[in-house]
Amino acid sequence: MRSLLSPAQIAILWQIIQVVLVVALAPLVNGTIRWFKARLNGRRGPPLLQSYRDLYRLLQKETLVATSASWLFRAAPYVVFASAWVAASIVPTFTTDLALAPAGDLIALVALLAVGRFWLALAGMDVGTAFGGIGASREMLIASLAEPAMLMMTFSLSLVCQTTQPAGIIAFVLEGHVGLEVSVGLALAALVMVALAENGRIPIDNPATHLELTMVHEAMVLEHSGRHLAMIEAAGMIRLTLYLALIAGLFVPWGIAPPGVPVREVALGMGAFLGKILVLCGALAVFETSIAKMRVFRTADFLGGALLLGLLATIFLYVSEAV
Amino acid sequence: MLSQGNYNVAHLIGATVLMTGFALLYQRRLGAVLNTFALQALALAAAAAWQAYIQRAPHLYITAGIALVFKAILVPLVLHWLVERLGIKRSSEPALSVAASMVTGVALVALSILLVLPVTAKAAALTRESLALAMSVLLLGLLMTITRRNAVTQVIGFMALENGLILAAVSARGMPLVVELSVAFSVLVAMAIFGIFFFQIRDRFDSLDLHNLDSFREDRL
Repeated sequence: MRSLLSPAQIAILWQIIQVVLVVALAPLVNGTIRWFKARLNGRRGPPLLQSYRDLYRLLQKETLVATSASWLFRAAPYVVFASAWVAASIVPTFTTDLALAPAGDLIALVALLAVGRFWLALAGMDVGTAFGGIGASREMLIASLAEPAMLMMTFSLSLVCQTTQPAGIIAFVLEGHVGLEVSVGLALAALVMVALAENGRIPIDNPATHLELTMVHEAMVLEHSGRHLAMIEAAGMIRLTLYLALIAGLFVPWGIAPPGVPVREVALGMGAFLGKILVLCGALAVFETSIAKMRVFRTADFLGGALLLGLLATIFLYVSEAV
Repeated sequence: MLSQGNYNVAHLIGATVLMTGFALLYQRRLGAVLNTFALQALALAAAAAWQAYIQRAPHLYITAGIALVFKAILVPLVLHWLVERLGIKRSSEPALSVAASMVTGVALVALSILLVLPVTAKAAALTRESLALAMSVLLLGLLMTITRRNAVTQVIGFMALENGLILAAVSARGMPLVVELSVAFSVLVAMAIFGIFFFQIRDRFDSLDLHNLDSFREDRL
């Protein structure tokens, strides 16, 4: 049967589905992790849809802005949300046949995430409260260490697969060019560590804390309320989903549909994606439940470790080339 | 003919041993160091068992068993018991900061690769990466022995160094079992002697911080 749509139109269609999917799914991912964690703690936990209700509630509330806030403070939530959204829409989830896939490589992804973080830190400092400043400076401390680690990981993967585009890497792995390589394992470890730090998960920051001295992300967004807060919260959820999708896509790509396959296989890819995300949510919940948060000043050691793992991945790449 | 995949698994397990070597450098608390060491020995046992499988060398299973029983279970248990008995709970700060020792560690890995690759140019191509890994584990153990002030962590560093030796031994073909057996038992003997030393040092100084021993040195030039 001939397809009704041209390949380009199909790519645009999948892209639109992906764009909607990441936003629609992100609160559910967040809710699932919370539910898993609550179960592991022996609590019943909030229902899976609680994150949607939280966002809805925040959207209904009045948005208060401090008198000392500038336009920057008001614009930041939208920039943060938009950058996270665009970043999430270029990471292949269920198919690599995306209209935006050629535009977004891993380096652009890092840059997009950095834009969001930069605005968030600026908004944190804009109002001039102490907590906003603390949060912003800590966030930048973490970012300055996490970004090189992420780039290093990107470089070693790109050297293996000879492309920096996620779609290209996935296709390369799916065609069976990459075996169980030491470098890839090290890159995976580095990416997991970076993902934990960037999303403010437990060894670095506690997403559930409201204790002033230990919080990083929550301190920055303390002054935001109403729909501004909803935007920032949603951006955080999207970013978490993005990292999970990135880990699942780059290292366990099986199931992701390549371009030009029938709809049935794409649906299969969708199922595989949801399954992988569910497994990762469970793993994250177990990990977060079993360890304690580390002191803020130990994050340098943690992320330095991630950077070194990325570096080692590149070193071992050259060893296996020399052999 | 051995497939590429078998070697990749071997390298992956070897890399796990190396990663636990880095984890040893990263840990600060004594209990965590001991647990990480047990993990390293476990990975080593897995590496030996895998080599036994791909080389079809049954005696390597015995090596794996020795690593599992002695190094992954017995030595950590005894050291835990010693730490408990001696009443030391916290490790002293390392002589070199964690970040600095990690960076040095990566430099050592690069060094061992640069050393091993030219030297083994004629060896079977695929064992060279394993040898580079083993050499790195060895050097990391050495680094740990040098940079820690606490006697227990120094001993762990020594044992990690020995893990590197065993990793090298199992990845090279035709290593006789006698050598491994003697190495394993000498480590056990060393372990006992270290235990006695711990008690002696503690009795004399009320601490396992080897800084105290410096006062017994001759004047430094």
